Amino acid sequence: MAIDVDIHRTLAGPHRPFTLDVRFRAEHARIVLYGPSGSGKSLTLRAIAGLVTPDRGRIVVHGQTWFDADQRICLPAPARRVGYLFQDYALFPHLTVGQNVAFGLGAGWRNPSRRSLPEAARHWLEALELDGLTDRYPWQISGGQQQRVALARALAPHPQLLLLDEPFAALDPPLRARMREHLLALQSRLGLQMLMITHDPSDVEALGEYVLEIRDGRIHGDARTSGITG
Amino acid sequence: MALDIWQPLLLSLKVALWATGLNLLLGVATAFALSRWRSRLSNLFDAMFTLPLVLPPTVLGYYLLVLLGRRGAFGAWLEHWGINPVFTWQGAVIASTLAAFPLVYKAARAAFEGVDPQLESAARVLGLSRLAVFFRVSLPLASRGIVAGALLTFARALGEFGATLMIAGNLPGRTQTLSVAIYSAIEAGDEAGANTLVVVASLTCIVVLLLAGRLTRGHAPQRVV
Repeated sequence: MAIDVDIHRTLAGPHRPFTLDVRFRAEHARIVLYGPSGSGKSLTLRAIAGLVTPDRGRIVVHGQTWFDADQRICLPAPARRVGYLFQDYALFPHLTVGQNVAFGLGAGWRNPSRRSLPEAARHWLEALELDGLTDRYPWQISGGQQQRVALARALAPHPQLLLLDEPFAALDPPLRARMREHLLALQSRLGLQMLMITHDPSDVEALGEYVLEIRDGRIHGDARTSGITG
Repeated sequence: MALDIWQPLLLSLKVALWATGLNLLLGVATAFALSRWRSRLSNLFDAMFTLPLVLPPTVLGYYLLVLLGRRGAFGAWLEHWGINPVFTWQGAVIASTLAAFPLVYKAARAAFEGVDPQLESAARVLGLSRLAVFFRVSLPLASRGIVAGALLTFARALGEFGATLMIAGNLPGRTQTLSVAIYSAIEAGDEAGANTLVVVASLTCIVVLLLAGRLTRGHAPQRVV
């Protein structure tokens, strides 16, 4: 379960250009990229998901080349099969909770029907205790519930890698601790590899198995490695 | 001479419906393409597509005549296929479509630019092609703005006068729309006829506005952030 990332990208910034030059290789089940805002964490995550194309470098995940500038390989985002948990959850406001969870189960031109949800969607709604909220719209539920919907939506299509962008930043502290435990339990039960970016030391403490520190677009070594191998 | 009210009214409605339908396809596609295309040229195109809103309709009509007339560049080619849109109701559709295009284009563009790009990214990561993202995320989220633009387009096309008169002319029963018929009646000194037509035109517009209100209200619940 190795992730091999070596990406380079220069962005025009408001004051000076920002250079991302990130290189790491990890085989752990829970990788945390830790750093302040503006350090290039989000850009790294977006590049791995295929939402941003690096200028140079390569991304190899589980032996499959997703990006290689020299070989002109760039797998489009839909083909990478990653689960992505956005910081603000990015739930579709025109769809119900059930439709949001079923969204990635079909790639056609029509949204899932509100009435008959696929079995896999029902399974995830139940697993994340959302079955009572199926017909609600995202703005009608709480922040913690929204996050569970986003997680169910990301997990339903069986991703091979889960990417998490500051997943707990928008929650209040007591809920944060509960959701960390919830996520940890879910991750180990599914055996799903995850890569999380955060600026919160408590996230690192609770979830980091292999921790990389990022500053000014560069990796500054392992911040902490717990020694448990995945 | 008994004035026929139905003929110009029905013709106006037919022309306006066609113009609205065509503009929904053209305006929405153009608006989406330009809202996602970052280039200096896109500003130039934006100005070009907005031009019919500020140009005098007679200027639009003149351009259309030059383009579509028998001696026009495109008109000669159409003639070759036995098509001549000048002095036909299809000509009126072309004039109304062009004159009303900026309304749906502007509304749709603003609506597409209001869609959170993060939602489109989320859909991509969940396995959707760009086209599927358009139909399942961008279009539904922009639909309110597009519907509003389409209704304005319909109203504008219904009242089109200048460009229509120049390309489609004023043939009673064939190309004489409501607004052209009013002008004709006044010219002929038929005040009673003009009065009737004006009342019909005003009532039609009120009905359209009432329908517009119902359509935009009866939409799926959406929070405007």
